[in-house]
Amino acid sequence: MRIGVDIGSTTIKCVIIDDDDNVIYSSYTRHFSHIKESLLSVLMKIKEKQDVDNEVYFGMSGSAGMGIADAFSIDFVQEVYATRVAAQKYLKNVDCIIELGGEDAKILFMDHGLEVRMNGTCAGGTGAFIDQMATLLNISIDKMNDYALKHTKLYTIASRCGVFAKTDIQALLNQGASKEDISASIFKSVVNQTIGGLAQGREIKGNIAYLGGPLTFIKALRDSFDESLHLNGISPTNSLYYVALGSALCATNKKSISEIISQFETNKTKETFAFNEPLFNNEAELEEFRHRHSLARVETFPLEGYDRPLFLGVDSGSTTIKVVLIDEEKNIRFTKYLSNKGNPIEVFKKVLNEIYNVNPNAIIKGACSTGYGEDLIKNAFSLDGGLVETIAHFNAAKHFSPNVDFVIDIGGQDIKCFKIENGVISNIFLNEACSSGCGSFLQTFAEALGYSIEEFSKIGLLAKKPVDLGSRCTVFMNSSVKQAQKDGATIDNISAGLSMSVVKNAIYKVIRVSDAKNLGKNVVVQGGTFYNEAVLRAFEKELGIDVIRPNISGIAGAYGAALYAISLNLDKSSILTKKEIEDFKVETKNYNCSGCLNHCSLTLNKFSNGKNYISGNKCEKPITKKSSDNSLNIYSFIQEKLMSYRGLGGKRGTLGIPLVLNNYETLPFWHTFFTSLGYEVHNSGFSSSKLYISGQHTIPSDTACFPAKLVHGHFEKLIKENYDVIFYPCMTYNIKEGISENNYNCPVVAYYPEIVKNNVNSFGNTIFIRDYIALYDRRVFEKKIFDILNLRIGGFTRKEIKKATELAFREYDDYLSYIRNKGQEIIEKAREKGKRIFILAGRPYHVDPEVNHGIDKLISQFDVAVISEDSISHLNKKFATNVINQWTYHARLYSAAKFAVDNRDVDLIQLVSFGCGLDAITSDETKKILESNNRIYTQIKIDEIANLGAVKIRIRSLLEALKRREHNYE
Amino acid sequence: MNNNEYILSYPVFDIKKRGEYTVLIPSFLDSHMDLLAGVLERRGYKCEVLTNNETILVREGLKYVHNDTCYPATCVIGQFIDALRQKEDVKKYALVLTQTGGGCRASNYVALLRKALENAGFGNVPVITLNLGDLAHCQGLKITLPFLLDMLAAVVYGDTIMYLHNKTRSYEVKKGTSDGLVVKWNNILRKELAEGKASSFSQIKRNLKEIVKDFASIELNVTNKPKVGIVGEIYVKYSSIGNNGLEKFLIDEGAEIMIPGVMGFLMYCFANGEYDRRYYRTKLSKKIYNTLILKIITIYETMLRNSIIKNSLFDPPEKFESTRKESLGIIKHGAKMGEGWLLTAEMNELIKIGYSNIICAQPFGCLPNHVCGKGVMNKLKELHKDANITPIDYDSSASKVNQENRIKLMLALAREKITKKEEEKV
Repeated sequence: MRIGVDIGSTTIKCVIIDDDDNVIYSSYTRHFSHIKESLLSVLMKIKEKQDVDNEVYFGMSGSAGMGIADAFSIDFVQEVYATRVAAQKYLKNVDCIIELGGEDAKILFMDHGLEVRMNGTCAGGTGAFIDQMATLLNISIDKMNDYALKHTKLYTIASRCGVFAKTDIQALLNQGASKEDISASIFKSVVNQTIGGLAQGREIKGNIAYLGGPLTFIKALRDSFDESLHLNGISPTNSLYYVALGSALCATNKKSISEIISQFETNKTKETFAFNEPLFNNEAELEEFRHRHSLARVETFPLEGYDRPLFLGVDSGSTTIKVVLIDEEKNIRFTKYLSNKGNPIEVFKKVLNEIYNVNPNAIIKGACSTGYGEDLIKNAFSLDGGLVETIAHFNAAKHFSPNVDFVIDIGGQDIKCFKIENGVISNIFLNEACSSGCGSFLQTFAEALGYSIEEFSKIGLLAKKPVDLGSRCTVFMNSSVKQAQKDGATIDNISAGLSMSVVKNAIYKVIRVSDAKNLGKNVVVQGGTFYNEAVLRAFEKELGIDVIRPNISGIAGAYGAALYAISLNLDKSSILTKKEIEDFKVETKNYNCSGCLNHCSLTLNKFSNGKNYISGNKCEKPITKKSSDNSLNIYSFIQEKLMSYRGLGGKRGTLGIPLVLNNYETLPFWHTFFTSLGYEVHNSGFSSSKLYISGQHTIPSDTACFPAKLVHGHFEKLIKENYDVIFYPCMTYNIKEGISENNYNCPVVAYYPEIVKNNVNSFGNTIFIRDYIALYDRRVFEKKIFDILNLRIGGFTRKEIKKATELAFREYDDYLSYIRNKGQEIIEKAREKGKRIFILAGRPYHVDPEVNHGIDKLISQFDVAVISEDSISHLNKKFATNVINQWTYHARLYSAAKFAVDNRDVDLIQLVSFGCGLDAITSDETKKILESNNRIYTQIKIDEIANLGAVKIRIRSLLEALKRREHNYE
Repeated sequence: MNNNEYILSYPVFDIKKRGEYTVLIPSFLDSHMDLLAGVLERRGYKCEVLTNNETILVREGLKYVHNDTCYPATCVIGQFIDALRQKEDVKKYALVLTQTGGGCRASNYVALLRKALENAGFGNVPVITLNLGDLAHCQGLKITLPFLLDMLAAVVYGDTIMYLHNKTRSYEVKKGTSDGLVVKWNNILRKELAEGKASSFSQIKRNLKEIVKDFASIELNVTNKPKVGIVGEIYVKYSSIGNNGLEKFLIDEGAEIMIPGVMGFLMYCFANGEYDRRYYRTKLSKKIYNTLILKIITIYETMLRNSIIKNSLFDPPEKFESTRKESLGIIKHGAKMGEGWLLTAEMNELIKIGYSNIICAQPFGCLPNHVCGKGVMNKLKELHKDANITPIDYDSSASKVNQENRIKLMLALAREKITKKEEEKV
C-alpha cells in the first residue's frame, strides 16, 4: 500500500493505492494556507476511514510540501517528475500533458525522455488567476464555465500576467461587454498563455491529456484548448491526482501514519523568516492612533426631508462605484460605496433610485462624475460635468488640509499620488499596470487565506513579528507568502507583513522616494485601502510622519466631485429625474472600428435619453465619423512614410525585411540598398495582436520586452510569404549622432536575430541572413556587406555594392531629415496656433501602432501637437549626464528632455516598454534632467496591453497641471 | 538648462591619502575577494571584505536603486549602504567596485551607486572604480603593469581554489575539510599578495603546486552524483547573496557542482577585442593589444592547468582556446554584451564534459541572457538530447521555494539518468 500527498498552492490532494497500483482512496481539500492543520485532518481521515496499514510507503509532493517533507523526513518528489511517473503508469500513448494547477502551468512532452515547460516567475494564467477573474466578475467558476460555453465573441485579453489581464477585463467590464464573452475570453487568454508562453517553439500534437484542477473542473477551458490546438484532448480519470499518484509511486521509505500524526501534533515550526518592527507595540499606542485619526472628519446628516440644495458626486472606479450627496455646508446627506459588479450603469441607477426614494423632493443643483467610468456615467445620466480623478482627489484633500503637499490615494486597482507645489499639482505618480499592491491585492490574499478583509487586517495590528515580504506583484507575493509560511510565520504576522508590502510598493515603486521629507509636511491619504488601519499605520511608520486620513477617505474622489459640482454654481442639475430614471434603458453593442491601424474594440451604449456613448476608442473618429486631425501628430507621418517603402519587382528575386525593433529606422536604408541590388523588397508591415499570437510559440524568453517578442510574429508572416532571402542583421552598434559617448544598441535590439536563428526553424529554402554589420562607417560597411552577401548568396560585384551603399545612405539621411523637418514644421504650426507641444519620446519601434497602442492619437485628441524624440534630438550638442550616455536611442531621449527644458511650450512624455532593462536607468536620468529644471516628468509604461484608462488620467492630469502652472507663471 | 543642479557632484578618491581610508570590498566570490584585498593592501590600501547579512542589505538596495534595475545592482549597492550604516565614522571609508564596459546596462553600476550613496546620505564616500573595459579610466587606482600582474595572480589563485573546492566538497569523507582549505589558502595568499611574495611566476607555480596537493590529499568517497554546471550572469552565478545560496543548496541536495572560472570571463573580454576587428574593422593596433593580453593571461591559464595535471588526478579545466570555439554554429562571436557568446560556449562545453545538468542563473529580465542564455536553450537541447538545462531568474522577490522547486526537478531528472545508466551497466 502506498500513500501520496500533493500539497499545492491552494489544495491538498491525497491518494492511496494498493499493491497493484489501483487507486483505493482519494481526497481533495482546499487548505486556505492552513497547511499543517489541513494536512493533519486529511491524515486523520485516512487513519479513521480506511483500512490502512500502519506502515506504508509515503511520498509527498507540491511546492508547499517541500518544507514539511524536509522537516518530517518524508520522501519528497518534485511534482512534475511525479506527474510523469504517474502518467507512464496510468496513461497509454500520451504524447503531451498539459497540467494547470493553483499557481502553476506546465507542459510535459513525453517522448525522448522528458521535456518540461513550467511557467516562469512572472506568469499568471493559472487556477489562481481564474479564481481572481471569477471574483472580479462576481460569479462562481461553474457559472463562468456555463457562461463561456455560450459566448459569441472573443476579446483579446493580455495573457502574460494576471495583473495585466485584470486591467483588460476591467476595461471590458466598464465598456459593458457581456459576461459570456468575457468568460470565454479569459479562458482563451489562459490557453494562449499556456501555448504561447510555455511551448517555446515546440509544437503540441498527438495525444494530449489535461490534468489538474482547472482543466478537470472547467469544460469550457478544455474546449478552448482543443480549439486552439486543433485536436481532442482527454481528461483522464483521477486527473486531479496525478502528482499525488506519482509521489506515491516514487516513495521509497515506509512511514507510520500515526507516527506522522503525533509528530505533527507536537512539532512546532521554527520561526526563521525575516521580520519588521511591529505596527503597534501595545493597545495604548493603537488607541492613541485611533483617536488621532478620528479628528479629520466630515459629518453626516439625514437626507430624509431635507429641502435645501444638494450636490452629487460620483466616482465610478474600476471595481467600485462611490456616490456622495452633500449639502451647501459640505456635510454629507447620503453616501454609498458599492462594488460595480461589472455593470456601473445598473448599480448607479439603483443608487439614484434610492436617493429619490429617501427624499422624493431632493433638490439637486449640481452633479459631477469622476473615475474610469466618468464619461459613461456622465452621458448615461446627463450629469453636469466631469473631472479627472486626480483633481477630484486634490479637491477633497484641500478640504481637510488647505496646505496639502502630497496626496496619496490607494484604491482597489490603482495608486494615484501627486505632489502639490504652490497650490498646483506638480508631479503625478500612478502605478504601472504591473505593480499591483492595491486594495484588491490585500482582499485577494485575505480571501485566499479564508478571511474577510476587515478581519484580516485587524489580526495584523498587534502582530509581534510582521514578515518582511518585500514589494512586488501578486504573482511574486504568492510565493513569498508561501515561503514565509514554510518558515513558520503565523497569519497575524503575514497580515501585517502584507499591509507593509502595500505601503512599500507605493513608496518605493510608485512614488520612488527614499526620503520621506521629499513628500512635504502635510500628507493626506485617501482611498478605501486606508480604512485599513494596518496599512495606514505601516504608511506612517515607513515615512516616519503622521498623515491625515479623512473619515471619508474611501469616497474622497466622489466627495471631490461633489465639491466641484458646488463650484459650478448651477441653478439646476440636468441629472435624470425620478421619472426619467424609471424609463431608463441601455443597449450595448460591440464592434471593431475600422478607421485606422489600431482597430480598436469599441462598445456602443445607447441610452434611453437618446444619447450614445462609445467606449474603447483612442481617437474621436468613431464618434465624429470624421477622420481625426493628425496634422500635428508626427507619428502619423512617420507611419505613412514607412508604409511608402514598397517592393517594385527585381531581377534578383524577393527579399523580406521584418519591420521590428531597429528596423523601423533602418528600413529606408535596407529597402533602398536591396532594391538597388535588384531585389523586390517587402517588409512585414506594422504589427497586430493577431500577428503577435501567431509567433508566440517560438518566444524563448517570456520576460523580454513586447517589441522584441513581436519579432516572432513578423517572422511567421515573412516565412509564409516565401521570400528568397530574409534579411535581419545583428547590430551591436547603431549610427553615431555625436550626442553620446558610444553608439550601442541595447542587447536585445543588437542580437535578436540570434534568437530568431536559434528558435525559428521553418525557413525552408529561404536564406536567412543575420550577420553582424554596422552602419556608422560607410567604408567598412561596404567591405563587410560585400563579403557577407557573396558568402551567403553570391554574385555581387563591388561596383553594385558601392552604388547601392551610396543610395542607401542617401535615403537614410533623407529619411532622418524628413522626420526632423516634419518635427520643425509641426512645432512652427503649433506655435502659430498657440498649442502645447508634447514630445512622445520612445524608440523607433514605438512608432508601430500595436506597440504604442495609439497613445499618440490619444494625446492628439487633447488639442496638442505630438512630436517624436528623433525629430528634435539633433538640435542639441553632446552634454554631460550622470549615467554613461552610450546608447544611440537613449542619447536622443536625453537630448529631447533637454529640448523640453529649453522650450517652455514643450513637454516630454516618455514611453517605456515593460521589461526594458535600460529604461530603469534612462528613465531616472530623464526625470532628473526635467525635474532639476522644474519641469514635469511623465512616464507611460506599455506592454502587449496598455491601460489606456490610466494613460488618459495621466495625460488629463498633466494638462490640468500645466494649465494651472502656466496660469501661476503669468 | 541648468546643469549644476542636474549633474551630481561626487568626491574623487585621493590616491595619496589612501592610507587614511578603509576600502570596503563587496562579497562576490568567496574564493577571490580576499585575494583582491591582498593586491590592494600591497599598494597601501586598507581593506575590509564585507560579510554583512543578506536580507537587510537587499532591503537597503531596494530603497535606493530603481527596482527594475538588475538584481546585482540592488545587492551590491545594498551591501555597501548597509555596511556604511554600521560604521561610526564614514569619512574613513571608501568603496571599490569592479565594472565591465559594453552595451549592457551593467556598465552603469558606478553611476547608480553614486546616486544611491547621495540619496542615502553618504554622498561624501568616495568610490574607487576598477573598470575592466577601460583600464585608463579607473578612479582612485593607479593601473600599472605590476598591479595587473598581481591581479592576474589573484585570479589564477582564486580560480584554482574554486575549481578544486568544487571538485572535492561533494565527495569529501570528512565534512568541512575542503571548506577549511579555502579559508586557509585565502588567508595565506592574502598575506603573501599584500607582501608582494606571491605574484612572480615561480611563486605562483610553487603556491599552485601546494594548493593542488592540499586539495588532492583530501580523502574522497567518489559516488555517482548528479553533475551540475552553474553558468549565467557573473554576479548571480557566483554570489551567494545574489543566488540565494545556490551552491550550498546543490551540495546539500547531493550534487557535484562546476562553476567556470573568472579567467575565462577576462579572456572573453579581450577576445572580443580581436573579434571587433573581424566584424567592424577596428584598428589593428587595438587587436594586437588585445591579443597580447590574451596571450599573457594564457600563460597563467597554463600554469593553472599544469599544476592540476602534475599534482593531482583531477581533470584540469578546459582551455579557453577550446571554450571559445564551443559557441560556433549556435551564436556568433559578435554577441559580446554581458556574458555574450561565452555563456553559450560554457553551456555547450559543460554538456560535452559531462556536466549535462546546467543551471543558467540570471537576474530577472537580464537583457543579454535573453539572447545568449534562454535564447539558445532550444538549440542546445536539439544538439544534445541529454541536456538538462534550467534557467533560474533571481530577484529580490522571486521566491526561494519556486527556484528550489525547479532545481529539484532538474535533479530528479539527473538522478533518473544515473539510475538508468547504472541499470544498463548491470
